[in-house]
Amino acid sequence: MKVFRLSPAELDNMVREWSKTRRVYRPAPGRQQSAHADCAPGWERVTDSASLTMAAGPAKASVKTFLFPQPETMQTYSLQSSDPDKALLKEAEKPTEKQIIVGLRPCDARSVQLNNLPYGEDPYYQANLARTVMVGFTCGTMCSTCFCDQVGGSPMATEGLDIAISQLDGTMVAEVLTPTGEELTAGLDLAPAADNDISALAQRRKDCPQPDSVKLDTLKGRDLNKLYEAPLWKGLGESCINCGACTFICPTCYCFDVQDEVVRGRGRRIRYWDSCMFPLYSLHTSGHNPRGQKMLRTRNRFMHKLKYFPDRFGPFSCVGCGRCVQDCPVNIDIREVMGDLLRVE
Amino acid sequence: MPTINEKLTEEIRAKAKALLSDGTVAAVIGFAQGSLPMTIKPTVVRAAADCGKLVWNSFCVLNLANYLPEVLKSVEPPRGPRDPKPTGPLPRVAVLATGCWSRNIVVQTQEHQVDRDRVVVMGVGSRGMVSRRKVEAHFSGREILAVEEHDHDLLVKGADFTEKINRWSVVRDNCQTCTHPDPVLVDVRIGEPAAERKNPNPFKQVDDIEKKSSDERWAWFTAEFATCIRCYACRNACPLCYCPTCFVDDAKPQWVGKSLDAVDTGLFHLLRAYHCAGRCTDCGACESVCPMGINMRMLTKKLNKDVLNLYGIEAGMQPGSPLPLTTYAINDPQKFIVTEAGAAKEGE
Repeated sequence: MKVFRLSPAELDNMVREWSKTRRVYRPAPGRQQSAHADCAPGWERVTDSASLTMAAGPAKASVKTFLFPQPETMQTYSLQSSDPDKALLKEAEKPTEKQIIVGLRPCDARSVQLNNLPYGEDPYYQANLARTVMVGFTCGTMCSTCFCDQVGGSPMATEGLDIAISQLDGTMVAEVLTPTGEELTAGLDLAPAADNDISALAQRRKDCPQPDSVKLDTLKGRDLNKLYEAPLWKGLGESCINCGACTFICPTCYCFDVQDEVVRGRGRRIRYWDSCMFPLYSLHTSGHNPRGQKMLRTRNRFMHKLKYFPDRFGPFSCVGCGRCVQDCPVNIDIREVMGDLLRVE
Repeated sequence: MPTINEKLTEEIRAKAKALLSDGTVAAVIGFAQGSLPMTIKPTVVRAAADCGKLVWNSFCVLNLANYLPEVLKSVEPPRGPRDPKPTGPLPRVAVLATGCWSRNIVVQTQEHQVDRDRVVVMGVGSRGMVSRRKVEAHFSGREILAVEEHDHDLLVKGADFTEKINRWSVVRDNCQTCTHPDPVLVDVRIGEPAAERKNPNPFKQVDDIEKKSSDERWAWFTAEFATCIRCYACRNACPLCYCPTCFVDDAKPQWVGKSLDAVDTGLFHLLRAYHCAGRCTDCGACESVCPMGINMRMLTKKLNKDVLNLYGIEAGMQPGSPLPLTTYAINDPQKFIVTEAGAAKEGE
């Protein structure tokens, strides 16, 4: 693994250099003024020489918008009677163009790894993953809504990143972690980090909050039915307005729905974000809805993240980025939900 | 000395407790303290002993009328879908209401969503609610760790700063332009009545957009709604939206595409706004809950202006009167009807 020393100007130069030949995206500072056709809300494509400014904490929009495009075309078809291939589903061409995401935090990088557990064999996710390069910034400070350490992450973690940039006193160091990262830094004239930089980085990593698995282990040991029947859900379900804000800003909510869109005889089968908060999510064709009440849907979201997913895959399906804590319209705080669940004996 | 809101909080707790203790109501809808500065949790209190968690402050931006139909249903004795409605009076529910929320209860009554006899309105004269986003924008980039509320100031604290800001300067746009802060329905009065406010032009923000050229208006519209993620928080926080299946959720027929195409997103917002015409009280809940900070309230405000100009009606101000758009009057303005003469004039 190579470690470079970077000045802010060198960082900007490096990003600008990449943007000449590749698609490079960064978090949009403040309120985004216009939507780019090739970009998700909250992000912007690097096209100018504006320097990268990183506010503390994760960016407004999570990185999942690049891995689960909204929408994503899966198949295309024709319904025109003159077409010999009429009504034949054809696999849509998968995008291969490299995209470089600059400025994601360790929590978002970890979310990509966690989503890869259920999506390990999903061809669409894998195609996007293969073309995405992640250049992240470790966190010198945690926000009051950050809790990555309580769900198995750490503010200085590099898991999932190709290049990790850390701010040290007076300088920045870039750790090149993967062959893709090496490829990106190969032609650049960067100074290797000094020994004291490397030891300062190691020290900072040692001093920062460490992944704590006590909550995970405790909840995994609890009886699922008891958690399911816990009285806390009634109050939560009552105040929840069942919007999809939490699920859409969450980096580890990955549910989708599939639909056919036909315009003038040309059709495409798309998948687009769905939310377990919406009644339609679990509505059966028969008209029966097994999660027909608000409380059942609210419960499902938290049980999935904190119990079903860990039981099935190991870790929580939560990276502790705190976006839902900040933006839930009715202040349902997953940290409090977790605390309440831990008290259910 | 306790602040105005601390006194209101005490009064709310005491009166809620009394209503629950003597069996007047089976539940009280109010707010509890949130986990972050400037947040609140809408809460249903069912036991007198739990009334201590109710709070009142400048951050009560959600419209509690939104919860009313469901909570009313929840206190009814359980019955199957084909069981007859129980005879005799059903349990009542108390709800905190400012001017706009009480007007929404009027609309809910007019639309037969709520039985007025079963609602005890705990009326609070509003001093205007604070926009969390305005405060955050004021401290752009610096994390706010605590906000202490005084009557006319907010004391905002972060890791390395403490700053006092004027409360009114960060009050939400809809509250700043509100002229009816006092509830139109009051069964239990909390605090002092709020006087009607004079505002020479509550529609100034709308006028400013109307003054733009059509290209500029289109640019405003596309930019404003570009960041929508279709989470529907605006819709779900709105007491006017109670359809069992919303037109955006319908799959057969499919009225609107489901993903982030600008046309679909724009259509959702326009149709949502039109569904609120003549019913919206400008409570601002939609704007307050939007995670992306979209000012979709401008659309409903424009329709409020049109309904006022065309029919002389502000939603929910006249309990007992019919809704403007479900009533026909012989002298209704008919400018929208395309006539041959009008079409010829248009073509010139």
